Amino acid sequence: MNNTSVKISIQTQDFNLQDEVDLLEQDNAVDGAVVTFTGRVRNKNEGLTVSGLYLEHYSGMTEKSLAKIIAQAQQRWQIGRVSVIHRIGQLAIGDQIVFVGVTSMHRQDAFAAAEFIMDYLKVQAPFWKKELTEQGEKWLDAKQSDNKQAQQWNN
Amino acid sequence: MTIKVVFFATLREQLDCSEVQVPASEVNTIADIKIKLARKNEHWQQVFSHSALLSAINHDMVQSEHTVKTGDEVAFFPPVTGG
Repeated sequence: MNNTSVKISIQTQDFNLQDEVDLLEQDNAVDGAVVTFTGRVRNKNEGLTVSGLYLEHYSGMTEKSLAKIIAQAQQRWQIGRVSVIHRIGQLAIGDQIVFVGVTSMHRQDAFAAAEFIMDYLKVQAPFWKKELTEQGEKWLDAKQSDNKQAQQWNN
Repeated sequence: MTIKVVFFATLREQLDCSEVQVPASEVNTIADIKIKLARKNEHWQQVFSHSALLSAINHDMVQSEHTVKTGDEVAFFPPVTGG
């Protein structure tokens, strides 16, 4: 990885947090900040007990969409390496779903860029979650609050 | 001389269909494709009247007035819920 490498991975298999942090840090002496976010499957959503999750995506568009979001972040902030991993397929409670890692010289840019990437991933990247709940299978509805969160970056 | 149209998630399940081909000569825009697909039957009409559907051409999100051409891959899907 060079100092502005981008990793985008859509995968069924789990990822190891330390391995991903190592990739961001290896041979990278210029960046003093590493910010990571990991999203996991919750056991409750909208009052219902969730026992699992199925994640569908639009292969090809997903990767393109994430690359565009990362490019926007690179234009807004001075950041180094970026890594985005999103899992697809069947997931269980507590499983890791998504990883966003950003390095930069100083913490402010890494924090902001990581949050921006996550906020835009939520509203632009073509993934869909189907929950397995006590009432059966249910496709999740998009949340208005996620749109508001992403729109805040335009202010 | 066709346009490939693909469907995802709840939309695919509602239509019980993941992909159709539309003759490129019969449509100019994303909106035209929606109208054409809605004419298939009452069920499809109901499904496509859902205003919240998003659309993409060749993996880029676009609005309904966007023009389409032969060889394009058009996608319709509900608002995304990843992360």
